[in-house]
Amino acid sequence: MDLFLPESGLVIWMLIAFLVVFAILAKVAWPMIMGGVEKRNAHIAESLLAAEEANNALAGIEQKKQETLAATQAEQIRIMKESQDMKSQVIEEAKVQARQEAEKIVAEARLKIEKEQAEAMAQIKNEVIALSVDIAEKLLQRELSDKQAQNAYIEQLLKNNPPRIEA
Amino acid sequence: MKNVLKYLFLGLVLIWMAFAPAQSMAQEAEHPKEEKFDAKSFIFGHTGDAYCYHITEIKGKPVCVWLPVIVKCKGGSWHCFSSKHVCELKEGETFEHKGAQFYVSPISVDKYPGKLVELKADGSLSRPFDISITKNAFGIFLVCGFMLAFFLPAARKYKKDPLATPTKYQGLVEWLTYTVIDGIVRPNIPEKQVKKFAPYLLTVFFFILFSNLFGLIPIFPFSANVTGNLSITLVLALLTFFFVNAFGNKHYWKDIFWPDVPIFLKAFPLMPIIELISVFIKPFALMVRLFANILAGHIVILVLMGLIFIIGGLYGVGMAGVTSVISIFMTVFMFAMELMVAYIQAYVFTILSAVFIGLAQQEPEHS
Repeated sequence: MDLFLPESGLVIWMLIAFLVVFAILAKVAWPMIMGGVEKRNAHIAESLLAAEEANNALAGIEQKKQETLAATQAEQIRIMKESQDMKSQVIEEAKVQARQEAEKIVAEARLKIEKEQAEAMAQIKNEVIALSVDIAEKLLQRELSDKQAQNAYIEQLLKNNPPRIEA
Repeated sequence: MKNVLKYLFLGLVLIWMAFAPAQSMAQEAEHPKEEKFDAKSFIFGHTGDAYCYHITEIKGKPVCVWLPVIVKCKGGSWHCFSSKHVCELKEGETFEHKGAQFYVSPISVDKYPGKLVELKADGSLSRPFDISITKNAFGIFLVCGFMLAFFLPAARKYKKDPLATPTKYQGLVEWLTYTVIDGIVRPNIPEKQVKKFAPYLLTVFFFILFSNLFGLIPIFPFSANVTGNLSITLVLALLTFFFVNAFGNKHYWKDIFWPDVPIFLKAFPLMPIIELISVFIKPFALMVRLFANILAGHIVILVLMGLIFIIGGLYGVGMAGVTSVISIFMTVFMFAMELMVAYIQAYVFTILSAVFIGLAQQEPEHS
């Protein structure tokens, strides 16, 4: 049967056409397509890797930031505590100092008062002595006249010269 | 609304496409000069090669696309003319070109059926050396042109900027290319050789796939039964044979002529003979498998269609009407199956080529 015999003309055309197409595609199509796809695959893989690296780096930075933040916070707390301590210490010291000062003042005042008291007593004594001497003088002057009158005169003297110290 | 119109149009085209062969056959069958429907010449006329693209017949006149006839007579003279001159000849007429008489012998004769022959002056027939652009040759060029037009723009895009976001068209090309590379080439050929053999396997795969698919489209410029023709599968098988044996390594040849079998099998060269035969059997099987599968599919479709006219001729128009409903249903089913076969046969041819090439590249196992 003719159907099962190859036809020389068709074989020739097929061989020429197929080889030409094969040559063209093998030269300029298939390597380009495969190369392009491979290049793109490689690029995507590289990009993914780079992205992961960047992500990791970012995570490192984040961690560092957290660490720094925590350290700063601790430092802050420490400083605050220190200042608190210092403050209370200062207050305490001031209190002590103030008390000492006050005590000193009080002691000084007391000394002064005692001194003045002594002085006043001395003055009173002197005055009492002077008055007594005065009265005694007057009495001695009037003794000669009347006893009654003497007493009245003392009374009067006392009334006129009341003791000057009351405070 | 636009979509509805679109689908309606598409549906009408599909219905027309399903009925068009039937219609043209009906015209052939109703033609007064043909008293009987000749199933054999109908089937082999449609599956075989032809000098012109017969589209249909209007009022007894064929509507054809004429193709060039290029022949070299035994005397050494070249003749080139349009196939219009020889295809429109009536029975017994010849066409004279530069002193030689030509005509196309009918399909029903035993000697050179359907071929252009030269009628010598002494009344003897001779078959000239024929490199006409026949229907199948035209089909080959169409597929080749389509492949170039389909793949070259994509290649240019990849060359220009491989890192650009691929377009939809590039995605399609990539998907098609990488189904073959990842599904057929890589599993069978050592990774180092993939770049060397992938171009051939890709070209073969797409040539067969597009030829098969174009062969299923029943209108001009498609419908040529390219892969269902032995000449074409012969060339493809020869190329695979070349790629297997021309690049076969030392281990491959050693396995053929001195395989690892007991010495008495080699000394009396039983195994080498078997192995050597298998070298030729493999491409032969490839050739016949592709050819037979595609041809059989076409024949089944044509038989189912021709059944309408055979039954019509036997039992009248009424029965033909009934048969046509069943036949067209079956034909649609066959077309769907042929779509599948179109892919499967391209796949089978390519994967077997890849396996044979891969076997010839295998390194011996060190154990």
